[in-house]
Amino acid sequence: MRHTIGVLVENQPGVLSRVAGLFSGRGFNIESLTVAETNEPGLSRITLVTMGDQHILEQIIKQLNKLINVIKVYDFRDTEFVEREMALIKVRAEQHTRAEVLRIVDIFRAKVVDVSPHFYTIEVTGDDGKIQAILELLGQIGVVEVARTGKAALARAKKH
Amino acid sequence: MKLTGAQIFFECLKKEGVEIIFGFPGGAILDIYHEMRNHPIRHILVRHEQGAAHMADGYARATGKVGVCLVTSGPGATNTVTGIATAYMDSVPMVVFTGQVPTPLIGNDAFQEVDIVGITRPCTKHNYLVKDVKDLARVIREAFYLARTGRPGPVLVDLPKDVIQSSTEFRYPKAVHLRGYRPTVDPHQGQILRAWELLKTAKRPVFYAGGGVIISSAHKELLRLAERLRAPVTTTLMGLGGFPAVIKNDKGQRVLHPLWLGMLGMHGTFRANMAVQNCDVLFAIGARFDDRVTGKISGFAPKAKIIHIDVDPTSISKNVVVDIPIVGDCKKALQQLNELAGKEPIANVDEIRTPWLEQIRQWRETYPLAYKQEKEGIKPQFVVEKIFELAAEDAIITTEVGQNQMWTAQYFHFTKPRTLLTSGGLGTMGYGLPAAIGAQAAFPDRLVIDVAGDGSIQMNIQEMITAVCHELPVKVAILNNRFLGMVRQWQELFYSKNYCATCLDASPDFVKLADAYGAVGLRATKPEEVEPVLREAFSTKRPVMIDFWVNPEEGVYPMVPAGKNISEMLLV
Repeated sequence: MRHTIGVLVENQPGVLSRVAGLFSGRGFNIESLTVAETNEPGLSRITLVTMGDQHILEQIIKQLNKLINVIKVYDFRDTEFVEREMALIKVRAEQHTRAEVLRIVDIFRAKVVDVSPHFYTIEVTGDDGKIQAILELLGQIGVVEVARTGKAALARAKKH
Repeated sequence: MKLTGAQIFFECLKKEGVEIIFGFPGGAILDIYHEMRNHPIRHILVRHEQGAAHMADGYARATGKVGVCLVTSGPGATNTVTGIATAYMDSVPMVVFTGQVPTPLIGNDAFQEVDIVGITRPCTKHNYLVKDVKDLARVIREAFYLARTGRPGPVLVDLPKDVIQSSTEFRYPKAVHLRGYRPTVDPHQGQILRAWELLKTAKRPVFYAGGGVIISSAHKELLRLAERLRAPVTTTLMGLGGFPAVIKNDKGQRVLHPLWLGMLGMHGTFRANMAVQNCDVLFAIGARFDDRVTGKISGFAPKAKIIHIDVDPTSISKNVVVDIPIVGDCKKALQQLNELAGKEPIANVDEIRTPWLEQIRQWRETYPLAYKQEKEGIKPQFVVEKIFELAAEDAIITTEVGQNQMWTAQYFHFTKPRTLLTSGGLGTMGYGLPAAIGAQAAFPDRLVIDVAGDGSIQMNIQEMITAVCHELPVKVAILNNRFLGMVRQWQELFYSKNYCATCLDASPDFVKLADAYGAVGLRATKPEEVEPVLREAFSTKRPVMIDFWVNPEEGVYPMVPAGKNISEMLLV
């Protein structure tokens, strides 16, 4: 099973290495990992996606909590959460395919952020399914390069 | 007034009550060594930095205080890694100070530079690189706090040379503020009640205690609860001494405690392993279900509901899924269970427990721990039993790793906590001698004995001179079988007696070696020489190394082959 975990950490040298080392040292895999500062000075948020059964996930969360620089671990298994990923996709865009590329960009509410005589670079944001879908469609035209950020996630705010 | 980093270092150690540092100097740490003359702290100069780490570890295990070692950068720092990993696996409170090249040179492959913080990240509880002298006092305060609280462990502080040369105002923080560190010490009341309900109704309970009982000083509470519930007790290797294996009877003779099962696991007693496999409630206290204890996990304690107390939540349900987890300090949890047991004692507990204790008695009589000492040739078990017979109750025993360690666990009947110092988790050969020196430095008047093998003693034998120089009268009992015995035993049983690379037919003359170091060297080659040699060793005030020529092919039994259920023991 694939799981998304949020980790609020102190923004200090070596913290990311501690988190990543915890995974590699125990044979757990990280599928994607994002990290950046939060609104609170001195704190960063790591969002990571990992695979494993319930038992492995329990261990991962406990081990993360054990790290001294980890302030809080958000286990998104039982909560509603929002997750997004951004991808930059460089796609071949010749005279006869440009209109099709733009149609796809429009359908996915993506953006063309760079244009050259033979290529468009597209920025797209969404969940995993959306990114996969646009990659598949553009792939039929000719994807040259892709850079994905990995997921960022937050628990949904309570409605009441 | 401004103080240099080196001065701040000693002021901090004074605040933490540090009495002894085990260390070895070098270029990067010289400013601290230069400053040392101005402070009344005892420094024990080792001969190898691994020795310093194990000595700090031995000191910590014997006293319960934080052990401290101080080494230089690069190779000095990397030489401590085995000692740090040893302490980490066995939850030993330790602070390791390493020198580092000046901050502008960090990352430039400078002379004697190594990323020790990176190297030790997986084997320390936490570690620090101090980049500004203003952070030094806070970091040292945090390091000691982290080392000794929650689940204890080693903490490393890396000190760049320019940081310890710089100056700042010295302020020692009164309190530690670490947002991400809040160990759960107080057990959850609801879980304690659930545990009590289960313990109350158990027909065949077994208490399984680990090193946590010793770390949290919960031995009295454990004994009290076990006696109240008439529950038999087994311990892990790390838990030995947490429950009195022997008590004195009416005639003043030492006899096995009626509830004592002996150690369990791969080299555990028949009765301990059988009791665990047949119990209906297994009460694990400060133990982590190590694979040397459980054998095949899926077949471990198959009939039992399991209660598990541990201060470290990651230890709970890591290997064996438990029914009632209790996160918290063992002592507090056992105190609360004792209170409940006092309020509502189990009626007719003796009667209820009779069939179970009778079954255990039968197991003990069917397959007791035993060996036969013939007229010729010394059995290693005989040496350990003689040491037990002759040593004072508060003697501290350290071991190396291998057969010597297991025979000590089986045949030395520990009655007090912090009297067995052994590398349980990592299994570090070379641990015993420096650990004994560390313990002896803490308790100069107690008898400290390292039970060693001829293979493992040679891993840190250079520390004999440290013992001699510092007048630390440790005794080293080498069970010399001319083999790397435990590996040889595995080769005998599982590798068709192919004794590849385990025969040590070219060892030094240990008596001459002891003499060369300025220690006393003794030898016993016949059974009748064992006792006189031990008496002589124990009565001298100098370090002694005794070379016992024991039967080369003696094995450690019982033994559970790796991957088998713990009831599937080889008994011969």
